Amino acid sequence: MRSALALIFVALSLAGSAIAVEPDEMLKDPAQEARAEALGRQLRCPVCKTESIEESDADFTRDLRRVVREQIANGKTDRQVLDFMHDRYGDFILLRPPFKPSTWALWLAPPVLLVLGGIFAFFMTRRRPAAVEPAPLSPSEQAAVEALK
Amino acid sequence: MRRLIFITPILVFVGLVVYFATPLLRGTDPSLIPSPLVDKPIPTFELPPLPGYQKGLSSADLKGKVLIVNIFASWCVPCRAEAPALMTLAREHHVPIYGIDQKDPPEDALEYLKQLGDPYVAIGMDSDRHVSIDWGAYGAPETFIVDAEGRIRFKQAAPITQTDIRETILPLLKQLGAK
Repeated sequence: MRSALALIFVALSLAGSAIAVEPDEMLKDPAQEARAEALGRQLRCPVCKTESIEESDADFTRDLRRVVREQIANGKTDRQVLDFMHDRYGDFILLRPPFKPSTWALWLAPPVLLVLGGIFAFFMTRRRPAAVEPAPLSPSEQAAVEALK
Repeated sequence: MRRLIFITPILVFVGLVVYFATPLLRGTDPSLIPSPLVDKPIPTFELPPLPGYQKGLSSADLKGKVLIVNIFASWCVPCRAEAPALMTLAREHHVPIYGIDQKDPPEDALEYLKQLGDPYVAIGMDSDRHVSIDWGAYGAPETFIVDAEGRIRFKQAAPITQTDIRETILPLLKQLGAK
């Protein structure tokens, strides 16, 4: 039972990291293909929104992956490929959007919440009263305990 | 201090209600991505025609007048839904509409136009989505309004409705000086 559960867990965690790139999409040169995959992981799929273009099975995204690979094969730098996508789809396509006023909340919320939560936790734990010693047994309770022995 | 602990959750809750209710009441669709191409010149491109058509579509065709560019495909169900609205624009309001047929088997596209009508002045076949991507499209249908200087002035990545025509498209066309 336990091993079956473990197997399911392993299968599910593998499925989570699977990429959608089909073998026929890949570039011949492994170094170029690795670059394309690294770039694809930084680009958000505009169709499904929560995945990178490397992970998405959407038909449209397949064509975005092809464009990334064509550009790499044509000798474009990583920066040029990212700029190409950014020019057409804006900050949305970057899974790591630039730090600017409209994204301040996005970038700053996690550290700010962590600090606030830490301060809150610090005061709450300090304020907790010390553990109270239980009151000594009364003579009648003591007698009841003795009776049980 | 004690009071603050009770008030904070209420304030946070009110803040969240305002944050989530505003787009709901305004009717903004969070799945639509704002396009950085609005107010930018149209991309340069050249697309072949559908079989049986004389001309395809190139960026040179889209200069010098206010017009609409519509990305469609026969496999795209919302495109079928918006087809009557496009016919209204073309036939009743005499708006020039240019079509980009996205990743469509040509025979399917011809059948689609036969069934639903052809509102397009010209159609180009974008069989590998190169040109759609240059327009910053991420699906179909997508509709763009281009001004006489060849700049994109409006984009809608959702089917056009009669309401959109009345409240958004016709006023903007008029403002841009469409004939």
